Formats: sequence, C-alpha cells, structure tokens
Amino acid sequence: MGIHLYRIDDRLIHGQVVVGWGQPLNIRLLVLVDDMVAASDWEKELYRMAVPPEMEVRFADVATAIRDHAKYASDARPGLILTGDIGSMHRLVKGVNAIGSVNLGGIHQRAGRTEKLRYIYLTPDEERQLKELEAAGVEVTAQDVPSARAVPLAEVLEGATR
Amino acid sequence: MNENAGDSPNKPRAIVVGHGEFAGGLVSAVGQICGMADRLVVLSMMGMTPEDIEQTLRDQLARTGAQVIFTDLPAGSATIAARRIVKDTPGLVLVSGVNLATLLDFVFNTEIPPTDAARAAAERGKASLIVVGR
Repeated sequence: MGIHLYRIDDRLIHGQVVVGWGQPLNIRLLVLVDDMVAASDWEKELYRMAVPPEMEVRFADVATAIRDHAKYASDARPGLILTGDIGSMHRLVKGVNAIGSVNLGGIHQRAGRTEKLRYIYLTPDEERQLKELEAAGVEVTAQDVPSARAVPLAEVLEGATR
Repeated sequence: MNENAGDSPNKPRAIVVGHGEFAGGLVSAVGQICGMADRLVVLSMMGMTPEDIEQTLRDQLARTGAQVIFTDLPAGSATIAARRIVKDTPGLVLVSGVNLATLLDFVFNTEIPPTDAARAAAERGKASLIVVGR
C-alpha cells in the first residue's frame, strides 16, 4: 500500500494524526521518526499507548528510518511517517531520495519563529530547509486536517493565508 | 466531609483539558446541570506546543492544588502532557476519555479524596455509554 502521508507535527502522535488523518486514510502502520523518542523506552511506551489497537506504531531514529524506508513503503498496510521537526524530515527526505510530498501539520510558536499560518511558525533556517526540499522536487504543503485546503509552500512562506 | 478529602466545597478539584472548545463546553454543561462548574478548571490547548501544554498544566496544578486531570482522547496532546506530569507527581490522577457523566459524578463526590472520586467517576462515565436501537 505504501506511505500515504509524510507529516511534520511537533505534537507527534495526537488526535489529528491518529484520528483526523488516520481514519480517512485507513492508516494501519505509523512510523514515528524521532531520535530522542527512539532512544527512550519510556517515551516509546508513552506514545504507544496513544495509538489505537488497529494501528501498529514503530519508532525509529532518522538514520534507521532512512535504512528501513523501503520496508515501510512496501508494507501491505497503509502507512504514515511522522517527524516532530523540519530538520528530521529534511534529513529523511534527503537520505531516502524517494519521497514526493511532505505535509506540514503543526509547527508551533517558539522563540525565533515567525507566524506563517495559524498552526505553522518557522525560523529562517526552517524556511530554508523547506525551500530546499521543494527545490529538490518535493511537494511541500501545509494542511492540519484533511478537510482543510492544502496550502502550497509559497503561500505558507508569504504568511498570507490565515 | 472526610478529613482526607482536603478541599473546601468550592475549591477546584480537577483540571479539564481537551481539543477545541471541548473542555469549556463540558464544564459549561456541568454548571448548567448542577451549578458546580467552579470545582473544575477549564484549560484550552489550542495553538500550543507540547511543552507549553505541559507547562500550563503544571502551572494550573500548582495554582489550584487540583489533584486530578481530565482529558478527552488517549491520543491527545494534553493526555501525553498529563502523563508526563503524572510520572513525576505522586498523588496526581489522570482520567482520559472524560464525558459529562464522569464530570457530574466527580463534582458531587466530595466525601472522598479527589483522586478516589476520579476513579469512581471514570467507572460511572464508562457505564453511561449506551447504545439504543438496532
């Protein structure tokens, strides 16, 4: 079935991911790619308990996810790959070199970030990394929930769509 | 009142937090039904980072002395944040999947400590889910 969604969301596994996207896409395999979570049994258990029983969750650091991406993509179940930050997704996309689109689902206010959309705030360096992805042929759009419009990166960076 | 209950009738006993306006709506319904909304603290997490949600919850727990957190979804950001707090806060109880029946049972049950009341209320909330029809 392959990976149906590559999402960046700093809340990691939460309602919008497992219910908002998980149900309409019938997601059965969720891969959380995060170096810190992958290194902590407690963090993995924390997020494992947030996933409904019909969905398998796997945890990987970025290097492992790059190595195992072909396995995820060839899994018979519909899959979703999730990172908590742009840097991790940027490394994953560059390392895999077979990811066609990235969904910006939630990157919230922090020091140094500027508001672009209600749910997207970016630092200049994060903007640069997203532009790099798009320049490499990856479609980057912002869309928090399936019923919302997918906002192209150019519009996101203009901050015109609120 | 049980000495261990440790709270005055109007002191907040729990924090209610969830997606969108869920917490405010639920607590508003408690107020409309029994006038005891002041025993619950409403927390909205819209637009907040996971770190902000956790810190806000910690601040509200410290400010109010509440010993119970009610959240909506097991997968929610608030539940994740609350579980982090429960891990290092003895005597704090989290109930995820809260509904109106749960909160109503909780606010009336002032004769036992809030943490015990939360456990009892969770059972009442589970039992309140019924399916009618074929």
